[in-house]
Parts: sequence; C-alpha cells; structure tokens
Amino acid sequence: MAFGLLKYGLNPRFQPKQFLRDSKDLKSSYDVVIIGGGGHGLAAAYYLARDWGITNVAVLEKGWLGGGNTGRNTAIIRSNYLTPEGVDFYDESLKLFKGLSRELDYNILYSERGHFTLAHTDAAIRTSRWRAEVNKHLGVNSEVVYRDDLARMVPLLNLSEEVRYPVLGALYHPPGAIARHDAVAWGYAGRAAEMGVELHQNTEVTGIEVEDGTVVGVETNRGRISCGRVLQAVAGRSSEVSRLAGIDLPIRSVPLQACVSTPVKPILDPIIVSGSLHVYISQSDRGEFVMGGSTDPYPRYQTSSSLDFMEGLMGHLLELFPFMSEMPVLRQWAGLADMTPDFSPVMGKTPVNNYYIDAGWGTWGFKATCVSGKRMAETLATEKTPNILKPFALDRFRTFDLVGEKGAASVGH
Amino acid sequence: MKIIECPLNGPRNAQEFVFGGDVINHPNPHLISDDQWANYVFIEENRAGVVQEWWCHVPTAYWFIAERDTVKDEILRTFDPSEIYKERIDYNRPEVEAQSQDTKNNKVGEVNSTNKETGSSI
Repeated sequence: MAFGLLKYGLNPRFQPKQFLRDSKDLKSSYDVVIIGGGGHGLAAAYYLARDWGITNVAVLEKGWLGGGNTGRNTAIIRSNYLTPEGVDFYDESLKLFKGLSRELDYNILYSERGHFTLAHTDAAIRTSRWRAEVNKHLGVNSEVVYRDDLARMVPLLNLSEEVRYPVLGALYHPPGAIARHDAVAWGYAGRAAEMGVELHQNTEVTGIEVEDGTVVGVETNRGRISCGRVLQAVAGRSSEVSRLAGIDLPIRSVPLQACVSTPVKPILDPIIVSGSLHVYISQSDRGEFVMGGSTDPYPRYQTSSSLDFMEGLMGHLLELFPFMSEMPVLRQWAGLADMTPDFSPVMGKTPVNNYYIDAGWGTWGFKATCVSGKRMAETLATEKTPNILKPFALDRFRTFDLVGEKGAASVGH
Repeated sequence: MKIIECPLNGPRNAQEFVFGGDVINHPNPHLISDDQWANYVFIEENRAGVVQEWWCHVPTAYWFIAERDTVKDEILRTFDPSEIYKERIDYNRPEVEAQSQDTKNNKVGEVNSTNKETGSSI
C-alpha cells in the first residue's frame, strides 16, 4: 500500500497541475482592471471570461491571491437572512456554491451541515420566527426548532437551564454549509487564468486616474495601466482605495477575529451560531473547531489578535459546549471587516463613470463570493445593474433607502 | 492598546472605554441640502492614519477626545472636549433668528463642509 502510493506519487504522469501561469509584465492597457485578487475579484474575472467573453482582464493583487479576508473568514455558507433582498441574493450564491466543485473542476470541499442560530430570549425567538417566515416565503428551507428538537439534533449542546443564558430554541437552516475558502479563490483563479485573464500578484494600486468624471487608468507600483472599466473588490481597504478615485464610502474598517482548535475526530456535524452570545462554531473537514465571535469594539487598520476576544468568546462558548474546556487553541487571527451602517454590502455603479465597486462585505463576504462575482461581471459587461443587486447600490445612503440586515453574523441584534 | 489615558481619571484599562466615532461638527440641518445631511449621517472618513475620535469612560460617563493612529493602534493624545468646543452651538431655523445669529449659523455649516472635504480634524 505504502509502496503503491510512493510509486503513484513519483510517477511523472501524475504531476501536480500548475494552474497559474508565470507572471508576465503588465500590459499598457486592459478592457477591465480588477483591483483585489480575493474571492470576489477572482470570481468576477472568471464570470467576465466565461459568461461575457471578456478576457482582456487584469486582476491586481497587493499581496497574494486569496490572502486577505478570503483566507481569514470562517467559511460558512447560508441564505437564512432576514430581508427579502438579502435572502434572494445569498440564496443564489448558495446554489452556485453547491455546483462549484464540478463547475471549476476543483474540489472546494463543500460540506452541507445544517445551520442553527440559537435563541436565548423571547425577542430572539421572535426574530427567528420572522426569519423563518421570510425564508419559507422565498423558498429557502428554514424553520424554528425548540429544546426537545435541539436535544435530538445537537446532542453535544448544553441545554441546561443552570447557565447564564439558557437556550430556548433555534432557527434551523438545513442547507447551511461550509467549504474550503482557499480552494474557492484558487479554483476561480485557475479557470480564469486558463481563459486568458492575467493575475498579477505583488501589484499594488497607488493611484486612480479620473478624467471628466470617468476612470481612465490606474497607477501601480509596477507602472501605469490604461483601462476601460475598473472593479474595486478590496474588502478591508475599501475606503482607502476608493478615496484614490475620490469616492467616499459609508464604511468603517473593524477587525473581526477568529480561531481554531487542534484537530480531533468528527464530533460536531452542524454549524452552531448564537447571535446573542456572539459565538459561532463548526468543525472543519480537518477536524479543527473553527470559532469566531463579534467584531472588535472599535475600528482600526490592524489585524492583531487579542486576549480580550478570546476571553469573551470562550466565556460564552463554554456554556454552550463545556467539553471545549479541554480543547487547546491552535491559531488565532483577524481579518479587516468593512462594516456598513445597515449590515448589507455596497455593490454596483459609483459617482465615477466606469468605476464599479464591490465593498462593504463586513462579516458576510465569503458566502456571497459566487453571486457577487457573477452579478458584478454582468454589471461590468452590460453596464446595467441587475435587479438582484439594485437594493445594494451605493446610492441607497443618499436616498435613505437602507437594507437593514439583522440576519448578518457577528452583529448585535 | 491596553491602557487609555483618561483626561479625567488618569490611566485606565481599555475595557472601561467605548468608542464614539470621529469628531465631526454637527451641521445645521436647516442650512444644508439633503445630500449633505445624508453624508453627515452615513459617510465615514475611515482613514488609515491619525484621526480624532470621541471616546467615553463608561464608569464615569465622561466623554473626551482622543487622537489615535488607526494603523499602529496607539492613542497619541487625549484631551477634554472643552479644548475644541468653547461655546454652545444652537441649530435654529434661520428665519426664526435675528440677522446676527443667522451669519453665525452659516459659519458652523461652512466649517463642517470644509472639514468633510479636506478630512482635516476641526
């Protein structure tokens, strides 16, 4: 067996596939420049090439592909949001995620687990029922379950009433899933590169040229590029990059921390979230418990980890899962979440012609990777905002037409 | 950032404080357009660098201003708001007011709009 594996591994016929081409010099001009080589930017590049035949595209990434929030999130995919706009949008993404491994011919380890949002108060039960009704109305599988159901479905969960916040029930969302976030970025990158999209890492945008209200080029640390259209998809740095184009955003950059435990055998199948306690936990395919809580209490451009976060997280988590007291923490990290006032993203056109934005992804960006990539590609190609994106326009803050998304993760409800 | 120097109470644990947003002059809603008002309500400076912010020491309910570097996460200076705000500002409707009061309110609106554009603090 071991010998057979070795023979297979050393056989030159089964070399690992080199899917990223060697980096080339920047061309002087592209039809579309995408700023940010994370999941969203790479997905947009892929769908521009696949759906619209636009392949004269450059993805400019300051660091390495998928090295920002794409590699820092906790990889939960779900569509049980509260607003009809949000439910429609995230449900399209969930459907795209389901078929993504096959579509990209790249295993993203999509794993459907079921998703429980715990409720500890009457108010939270009411919100759960509200969300379940909105979800069902829009064809999304969600229902409210109570303590006896939870005891059967999540046997590890501590349902004792002798705790500070006893569990009263939960919003159960069977399609809730996790996936390998790096693989999503790599899969999109590989297929986009195959179709002719250029991926430039270590390429930082330092300026954006706007003439008569239209973007005409971008300045980078490797020289100037002329471009037809620009898509900004940079997550935590949204405000700083859009300022280069003279656009102000309703965004604050707040660190969001997470951690994983050492790996153990699979014991926790579903994804458990508590909005009231600011806790979420799932077990990855590697066996690590992936845990996170609320965003840090004040904004900053820094991704340091803190003991305050760990104490706050564990204080609540140990009430839900007492066995966690025996689990060593393996890694702790943070990503920069760009938080909007209404917990919904900002997508589509901007006051600058041909400059499109995909920002405000706060704590809900990974699960939207597919749909935002696909629909932003459509917006760039057709110059028309699809109906599904219209509620999330930057303009909504000028008209006070917000999309108050209380179903978002890691925010107080 | 574990200790914050409170102008009233001296150095205290950072957990005793809450963040209250950028220091922005409240514009007079009667003197600005709806767009400007929407900007005031929603748009964030969100600058990577040194900013001026409101902070509150919760146990004593004391609000003060801090200059903070958002990249290094360091507070450079904290001070009492009276350093900046020396007199009361009213936001009356211009037509109800006397002529002299009117020009004063205009000034407040102007100061704010330049503040937003240049990004300079106060």
